[in-house]
Amino acid sequence: MQSQELVVTSSPHLRERTSVAEIMWTVNFSLVPVMLAASYIFGLRALAIIAVGIISCALTEYIFLRARNKEVTLSDGSAVVTGILLALTMPPTIPLWVVAIAAVVAISLGKQVFGGLGNNPFNPALIGRAFVTAAYPVLITTWTFDGQTAATPLNLKMMEGEITPYWNLFIGNIPGSLGETSAFLILLGAALLIYKGYLNWRIPAGMLSTVFLLTWLMGQDPVFHLLAGSLLLGAFYYATDMVTTPVTTRGRWIFGVGVGIFVVIIRLWGGYPEGVMYSILLMNMTVPLINRFTRPRSLGEVK
Amino acid sequence: MSVATFKKGVHPPYNKLYSSNKEIQQIPQPDEIIIPLQQHIGAPLEPVVKRKDQVKRGQLLADTDSFVAAPVHASLAGEVTAVEKVPSSQGGRVLAVRIKPGEDQEEELAETPGGELEEVSPDEIRQAVRQAGIAGMGGAMFPTHVKLVVPEGKNIDHLIINGAECEPYLTVDHRIMLERSEQIVDGLRYLMKATGAEKGLIGIEDNKPDALKAMKSAAAEFDNIEVRATETKYPQGGEKMLIKALLGRDVPVGGLPLDIGVVVNNVATAAAVTAAVRKGRPLIDRPLTVTGEGVNNPGNFEVPLGTPVGDVIKAAGGFAGEPGKVILGGPMMGQAQASLDVPVVKGTSGILVLPRSQLEKYSPAPCINCARCVDVCPMYLVPTRLEKLAQQEKLDKLEEYQVMNCIECGSCSYICPAQRPLVHYIRVGKAAVTARNKSEQGGS
Repeated sequence: MQSQELVVTSSPHLRERTSVAEIMWTVNFSLVPVMLAASYIFGLRALAIIAVGIISCALTEYIFLRARNKEVTLSDGSAVVTGILLALTMPPTIPLWVVAIAAVVAISLGKQVFGGLGNNPFNPALIGRAFVTAAYPVLITTWTFDGQTAATPLNLKMMEGEITPYWNLFIGNIPGSLGETSAFLILLGAALLIYKGYLNWRIPAGMLSTVFLLTWLMGQDPVFHLLAGSLLLGAFYYATDMVTTPVTTRGRWIFGVGVGIFVVIIRLWGGYPEGVMYSILLMNMTVPLINRFTRPRSLGEVK
Repeated sequence: MSVATFKKGVHPPYNKLYSSNKEIQQIPQPDEIIIPLQQHIGAPLEPVVKRKDQVKRGQLLADTDSFVAAPVHASLAGEVTAVEKVPSSQGGRVLAVRIKPGEDQEEELAETPGGELEEVSPDEIRQAVRQAGIAGMGGAMFPTHVKLVVPEGKNIDHLIINGAECEPYLTVDHRIMLERSEQIVDGLRYLMKATGAEKGLIGIEDNKPDALKAMKSAAAEFDNIEVRATETKYPQGGEKMLIKALLGRDVPVGGLPLDIGVVVNNVATAAAVTAAVRKGRPLIDRPLTVTGEGVNNPGNFEVPLGTPVGDVIKAAGGFAGEPGKVILGGPMMGQAQASLDVPVVKGTSGILVLPRSQLEKYSPAPCINCARCVDVCPMYLVPTRLEKLAQQEKLDKLEEYQVMNCIECGSCSYICPAQRPLVHYIRVGKAAVTARNKSEQGGS
């Protein structure tokens, strides 16, 4: 018997089949309804924005990986996730070159400078979005609907005190960024991810319940606050980015609640009508600390 | 009916159908047996035989005065051809007695202080178990008699028999429970008497309803013995998980089950205890499963200890196709072997052969903090963090993160979507911490 050819590795000798690529591509797939809705509501221009986001992210990732002499791992789908998530934060009128700049910043400053996939402290898509928010404040806040310039529901509320009907918010018949329109389709995609175990429900649960409770306590309309703006999309897709969120169960609750508190502070007292992006980025910073202080008590450990 | 369980864990494909309905069979007598002297955790043994000695089946080959040790016996009668170092299935080399079995297989049973349950004292049970050289047959190979000594000030209230058999592929415990139910129950009663435990519990995963039924009927006449179904989930058969599932108690970090009034023994061990105490029979054969897509006739076999793995595989019809990995134990915690000459030892519960065509090459991707390892770790550790700390050799941090509490079940590596060898690095970290603490103790 050819015993010298036996393979010797350490246990376990069985592996579950899920891969990083499968997780990433499932996230992409779960966003298809939201992307289709965006193109239905805002026209084909929405698809162009998404395409530019994806291609620019992928290209930047490719260049950086080559420059760093690393294996090109575009097939893991993570750069595509960033591209889609970035595009979904853009208003439908944004010039395509702004999207491209945002994508380059997202992948380079948001991800590759930290060492690439798994090492970035901040959500890369939000880094890209934060950059263009600062660099092109007017372009990034120009909203249209049915070809007309229009105010987003949160703007309407901030400026005019006007509350958009819930039903319009729920089905997405409103002005806004590409991805923040239909609450229903966001929940549909998120449901798939939760079912597959690729999305930890504690973060959105902590975030949404915090926003609901605080806005209600402040005498605001909590349902409006849940449905308007990018809260749902942020809660299910940006605040749950695995790389940049805590690994412990208690940590996920703390993270979600923390994001929720910042959202309410910015929405009610800040200069911006919406605060989801900055809230998530702020909480991203606290993740190492949260992980450290929420280390689970090991079985049989006495404190 | 409620099913006892623990939190977290994983659900690997169980693949037990290859062998679960195959009765335990004898194998043809091997041409040579190799009995390693170290088949237990504890003090090394001194050989009491030398080259050219004729030994009988069951004759003592090596022993020591140390308490924490299990002597070894000749599993077949024949001539000692050498006492020398051989490759160990655990890695490295160990002193072993080589025996060329003869045609006449005369058995010599030791004079033991054993007998029927009513006749023996707890001390006599412990002595008989030690003389028989019984060591944990679930795989840990901890000398069984040591577990039966209840230290001053401690009290054992529950004796648990582990019939969970959560490792995929393995079916030997399942078969023992079907074919030797009464022997297991008797063993449990001896073990209860030895420890003074008032209650006996037998935990079996609910994917073995026939074993549950057989054990229940074997234990029916004893009010103080209860057979309980546990959830089919890996690592349900881990000692700490089983105690948690059946009694809801936590084994303290760095402590033993006896600290919380529990002693756990595997079903095969319990059966061996009965043979040892009642008949004075040393542990010289053990049943095991030979299985996997890489063998022709998977099954369960009664094998003389020391039989080379290759001979056991032959008894199971030999390799199907080109073998890729030969694993002693199950796929989750078993050890892959480089050679087919390594012998079956007391803790060998199975031989798993995976064909080369089935092996996959894993190339670890970066950790994406998905925390699936954290979510499945039955010991509530943070494997992703432990892996990094082990790589960076941060020993103090490793201890702070309770690395020593890892039971090495491999659930983290199993579930990792980035295919990182988490438990491998955690083992490295544990070894580094142990080595450091040892040298500090020695130095001060």
